[in-house]
Amino acid sequence: MDFLKFFNKDNGTSKNVAKERLKLVLVHDRTNCSPHFLDMVKGDIIKVISDYIEVDEDGLDIKITKTKRDIDDTLVPALVANIPIKKMKDKRNA
Amino acid sequence: MGEVIVITSGKGGVGKTTTTANLGTGLSQLGYKVAVIDADIGLRNLDVVMGLENRIVYDLVDVVEGVCRLKQALIKDKRYEGLYLLPAAQTKDKNAVSPEQIQKLCHDLKEMFDYVLVDCPAGIEQGFKNAIAGADRSIVVTTPEISAVRDADRIIGLLEAAELNDPLLIINRIKIDMVKRGDMMNIEDMIDILAIDLLGVVPDDESIVIATNKGEPAVTDKTSVAGQAYRNIAQRITGEKVPFVNMESNEGFVSRLRKILGFAK
Repeated sequence: MDFLKFFNKDNGTSKNVAKERLKLVLVHDRTNCSPHFLDMVKGDIIKVISDYIEVDEDGLDIKITKTKRDIDDTLVPALVANIPIKKMKDKRNA
Repeated sequence: MGEVIVITSGKGGVGKTTTTANLGTGLSQLGYKVAVIDADIGLRNLDVVMGLENRIVYDLVDVVEGVCRLKQALIKDKRYEGLYLLPAAQTKDKNAVSPEQIQKLCHDLKEMFDYVLVDCPAGIEQGFKNAIAGADRSIVVTTPEISAVRDADRIIGLLEAAELNDPLLIINRIKIDMVKRGDMMNIEDMIDILAIDLLGVVPDDESIVIATNKGEPAVTDKTSVAGQAYRNIAQRITGEKVPFVNMESNEGFVSRLRKILGFAK
């Protein structure tokens, strides 16, 4: 185990924890968006989608992150929602 | 016509005043005429860091209000040729001056000096707006801590919004041992996150505390590593290309091997 730890010493270090936390907090600072705002968005998304799909609400993850824009590769803020599907609802029978 | 450079950080206690004192002294030792301005009205400290606290007669607010002439308020540092301090008022508050007044003051100082360094107060309110009002360039000081880098990011945004583009970064108080252990963010990490150009890195150094105790900037101490870092930064400000000292260079064979083999990121 020590041998593996030796080669991977960068991953679990406190500076990496700091860096990840910092990146996350800066995404929110820069877009001026509060956790409460995200909760509201999350609630509304669930409301809309659950008409069509049964989703796993506990596993739903929504966040603001950065992504490369297709046209020129510059980093832009993006809203990313990861919504695990439990099962599709058949709208015709509804 | 000289140049006005504001030294800012957002967060308090990261070393703005120490940086201003050292860069001002460093630039004067390179033969330039330098004025350092304490823009932290009500909480003046640049005077004690520079060891000039006993020579204050007039201050910045007196100049702005027309109580005295600019030349009367400038304190000449007798130890270093060409170095002058314009102290902040201690009894007034930051609303005693306006951005327009500071702009005018900076303009007048530019006529007399090669470099005018403005020590900005912490925060993003009136004091900050005053301090950046007359600046041509800006320097952002941070330390390798989440709180300081976060505030630096905010300040960079505000500087750019005020059309003070391309601020330069000074990373202060870095502890090489902790960086090597992976317990402190390294230079690359911070540049990566803040996305601005690096002006210099100042290692954490006890000689800064000793120098501040005595009121003699560490930049004049040839044995101080932080002093050397400030001398390098002063030279870079004048446009000289001084290579960055690779502080992580004395790494062991295994660590280098890991890099060669591509195990390190």
